[in-house]
Amino acid sequence: MSKLARTRSVAFSVAWRSIHNAFRNPAILLPSILFPLFFFIAFAGGLSGVQNVPDFDYESGYTSFQFAFVCIQSAAFGGVFTGFAIAADFEFGFARRLLLAAPNRGGIVAGYMIAAMVRWLFVLVVVFSAGLISGMHVDGSLADLLGLLALALAVSATSTLWAAGIAMRLRTMQAGPVMQMPIFILLFLAPVYVPLDLVVGWVHEVARFNPFTALLEAARGFVSGEPEKLAISAACLAAMFTLTVAWARGGLHSAERAG
Amino acid sequence: MTALAHSAMPAQVGLLAGRAIRRILRNPAQMVFPIIFPLVLLAVNASGLDAATALPGFPSDSYLDFALAIPFMQGALFAALNGGQDLARDIEGGFLDRLAMTPLSGAALLAGQLGGALFMGLISAVLYLVVGVAFGVGIATGVAGALVLLLLSLAISSAFACFGTFVALRAGTGEAVQGFFPLFFVLLFLSSAFFPRDLIEQEWFRTIATYNPVSYMVEGIRSLVIAGWDGQALAQAFAIALIAIVAFLALSARALRTRLVRT
Repeated sequence: MSKLARTRSVAFSVAWRSIHNAFRNPAILLPSILFPLFFFIAFAGGLSGVQNVPDFDYESGYTSFQFAFVCIQSAAFGGVFTGFAIAADFEFGFARRLLLAAPNRGGIVAGYMIAAMVRWLFVLVVVFSAGLISGMHVDGSLADLLGLLALALAVSATSTLWAAGIAMRLRTMQAGPVMQMPIFILLFLAPVYVPLDLVVGWVHEVARFNPFTALLEAARGFVSGEPEKLAISAACLAAMFTLTVAWARGGLHSAERAG
Repeated sequence: MTALAHSAMPAQVGLLAGRAIRRILRNPAQMVFPIIFPLVLLAVNASGLDAATALPGFPSDSYLDFALAIPFMQGALFAALNGGQDLARDIEGGFLDRLAMTPLSGAALLAGQLGGALFMGLISAVLYLVVGVAFGVGIATGVAGALVLLLLSLAISSAFACFGTFVALRAGTGEAVQGFFPLFFVLLFLSSAFFPRDLIEQEWFRTIATYNPVSYMVEGIRSLVIAGWDGQALAQAFAIALIAIVAFLALSARALRTRLVRT
């Protein structure tokens, strides 16, 4: 069996187990569905009056504006929730047995990443359905929506690698807030409620340099059918992916050293 | 334990409240997160939603003024969560069982338990007020209004703490208390905390916010900051907090009796 085939075999086995666990245990799956759904309902419902603010120039409406945010948020948090699962696997000793048994350990991380993406796709179906029921306008073409899908899947992969790096270093479920807080802060220091031009004060300055701003603007562009900031989003994602791959690899080495 | 058993009720309350407060002070994480998190969220939302103040009919020129009420609610929620979890830990660790063997009255146990949550509620409310004023929020009702605001905030903290106590006594586990925490947040997000009720465009959301008692608690606090003395808003906020205190205290007393009988 070639190295690639061994990696693939490990990755698919880990992914299948992780997906199976999530779908068999509602306590694992429900939070990853309910949180984005709740954000979507609260923001799109409660703050919809914001679209009447002068200079709010998003043509597809406030529900679509928030749908793009929830897409990116749920993808990012899907990775974090998978990080919780990795930490639990370490705490209960399963991950150690996995490290011993796997012929290629990189495949373990890849497997968790695939699982996070599959779980997110399920969340997307739920949130998208809720959006359509509540009258959301999707002005983007099929190609635009595929672009949105690719963007969010890349966010999911990146956040899984980030959370995996922490889970494999600390190997305890108490590491949850360490995985969650930086992503939460980065997300909310982006233009969540209004376009960047309408954000004021220090958050505006931070948001200008926050990579999630570019990702959010690209996602909103896909939903409205006017893609924008694609090059800068791709560059941000490539940089984040490279950094988090190195971070997760370091975590894997740390777990291997710990035995 | 002996001192506790032989003392009169006010002394029993004092001893248990002192224990609850010392417990909080010895665990800085229990104090810092509930204070910092609402302030960070306030700062982010004040910048992110300031544009909404340009809407015709928005009741304030600054979103920071409008949103200052939110940290008071979040602080109350955290106080309830921490208080409930401390009590659940006492149940799980067998401390309540040991107390049951003393002549300690149930009322003293409940009042003492609430002491910690009230202490946390007061500290965080004072800090939110000071930070708000330091960043330019003007309290429309002046110093007297600020004092009423602290009083209302304490009443709201007590209401949520009574709920946390009830859940802890009924379920007896920290996980159960933790499990109710998202519900508190759902109540906050589905209220008029982030947007004035009359400017909420979605009919269904406005209806939920209108029936959500948290809306009236937030509006009571907010009225003191941005509107001036509004008797109706204050009466509604105090009434809801007091009803919740009475109802959940009664339920807690019943749950405590059941738990002590079980022991």
